[in-house]
Amino acid sequence: MTTTHTDAPMTPAPTGPVEKTEQAGPGRADRISALLQQHGALAVLVIVSLVASFSFDTFATGDNITNMATSSAFLAIVALGMTFVIITGGIDLSVGSLFALGGVLAAWGSRHGTLVALLLPLAVCGLIGVVNGLLVARSRLAPFIVTLAAMLGARGLMLALTDEGAETYLVAKGSFLAELGQGTTLGLGNPVWITLGLFVAGAVVLRRTRFGQHVYAVGGNEDAAALMGAPVARTKILVYTLSGLLAGLAGALNAAWLASGVTILGNGMELEAISAVVIGGTLLTGGLGYVSGSLVGVLLLKVIQNVINQIGSLDSSYQQVVSGAFLAVVVIAQTWLGRRRQLM
Amino acid sequence: MAELALRTPTLDKDRVLQWLQKYGVYAGVAVLLVVNIAITPHFLSAENFRTQAVQVAPVIIVALGMALVIGTEGVDLSVGAVMALSASVVALYLGYGLLPALLVVALFAAGVGLANGALVAFIGVQPIVATLALMVGGRGLALVLLPQLEDLRNPTLASLGSGDVLGFPYLILVAAVLALIVAFVVRRTTFGRQLLAIGDSRPAAQLAGLPVRRVLIIVYVVSALLAAVAGVLATARLQASDPTSLGNLMELSAITAVVVGGTPLTGGRVNIAGTVAGAVLIQLLTATLIKHDLPPSWTQIAQAVVIVAAVYAARGRGKR
Repeated sequence: MTTTHTDAPMTPAPTGPVEKTEQAGPGRADRISALLQQHGALAVLVIVSLVASFSFDTFATGDNITNMATSSAFLAIVALGMTFVIITGGIDLSVGSLFALGGVLAAWGSRHGTLVALLLPLAVCGLIGVVNGLLVARSRLAPFIVTLAAMLGARGLMLALTDEGAETYLVAKGSFLAELGQGTTLGLGNPVWITLGLFVAGAVVLRRTRFGQHVYAVGGNEDAAALMGAPVARTKILVYTLSGLLAGLAGALNAAWLASGVTILGNGMELEAISAVVIGGTLLTGGLGYVSGSLVGVLLLKVIQNVINQIGSLDSSYQQVVSGAFLAVVVIAQTWLGRRRQLM
Repeated sequence: MAELALRTPTLDKDRVLQWLQKYGVYAGVAVLLVVNIAITPHFLSAENFRTQAVQVAPVIIVALGMALVIGTEGVDLSVGAVMALSASVVALYLGYGLLPALLVVALFAAGVGLANGALVAFIGVQPIVATLALMVGGRGLALVLLPQLEDLRNPTLASLGSGDVLGFPYLILVAAVLALIVAFVVRRTTFGRQLLAIGDSRPAAQLAGLPVRRVLIIVYVVSALLAAVAGVLATARLQASDPTSLGNLMELSAITAVVVGGTPLTGGRVNIAGTVAGAVLIQLLTATLIKHDLPPSWTQIAQAVVIVAAVYAARGRGKR
């Protein structure tokens, strides 16, 4: 067996909980690795965008940019909830199904008024989030398997509501909901503004509130957080609820934008959201993460997608190859940087 | 996860859960069989059993590899993508003959497994993320290689999918033989012991001088190879290569089979007989609901309930 790839041959459990408090050491290398961890994705985003705007005339046009912004908005909202969950060291695989369910519920509910159209998806998806949280926090089941079950269950529920996907509910034209999804303010689509608002709120909650600190504490070291008196179970239940709520909201907004509750949406969205969060510098082991990074991660994924679409000759499946490779590169870099910081 | 003894369940409940975790899956299969024989018309026919078994065989084959990976406290999300990839590769290289095509499939699958294993073992990436990257990339690669469904006209391949020995379809025989081999490896070989030791505690295994990295890489390669076998057999049965939808959600079915079969996600224990029974249980459940004209959405909801129930029964009994 070779040990060429590790710098510390007998360091046990490189996958185990790593110390992730931000005690930036004085070393320059350490600062650089911290900087890369936090802003690496942003740098790549800027570079890719610059190259793309020089290479393709159609990239940096107003239309293309607003289109990208709107189509990023929904994934970004889902990724925001996922960021909270991942910082606690968990994962939420149910968001794609909740996204589809939220859209169908919103479109169905829009027959009974805007209030129902907005509250119904939030209530149902939030409730599923609560169940996820309870099973993870109180029954101590693995987040991965609990939310996997929720993913199946929520998609089943969505199919049951739509006559096995055969029925597509429409959002009435000119209703407030349709305006919310399709209207623009100051040149940008309303979903974009809502997303930006949610991200600002999310960043404030995570950085400036007691709940936010608990989220980091639980992800950093759950036992230590419990000993310090942080409400571990409550924090976990809250983050899964938040993730469910945001996925439902994103689905509802998306349905409003498309003017219908499309049943085939959201497949694989959990993976996109996780990729975006990880690319944005949030560690999957929990305890360290940035809301802003997730936004950058989403934009980066969408820009790559857009670029591949611009290269007309390339099949859209190349996008998956590139996304997969990119994700691999990012996690390799992250793990390496994380280990450096751990050793310092 | 550390066990803070917040609540000590009563002995009785503990015992019931223990029993359920060990034998629940067999009890479930038995109950479904009895119920179906009682209420489902034409259930008790050789034709029906054959259909069910042929449908479940690929799931069993993939679940065997998944059980090994989960035994090391990992998970392999890329199995569905590997199935799609093997379908594409078979279609591309079938012109050179079946055997060369299968060899190339094996190479591709081994490559994916090596990548997974290297990410997990050498770089220390969490298995979920490492295999997620290969899942996304692998499916993409499959579609790049073969963008659309392609009919395959190869008599040898077709007979692989539909032929039988003494009435037993090849698919079932392959699944059964592979299950026996994997069970033997887990129970009776040094490799099996090492695998379980790593799942129990990777640091301890490392300190004990076990070849942790080598074992992990082999486990992920084996998982990918088994997924490729399932992919080739499924393609042979369809007589068409369908990289868009072949193996979709297969990772979930396989994980469900393993977990329902009593293998804890926390690693350190592998139950192969339970895994096979778990795959059969889910197949029977689906078949029952479909035969009684309940919509597929119910199947998904039922499957979700079964998963949560299985994990709940296994709660806190994985590692001690």
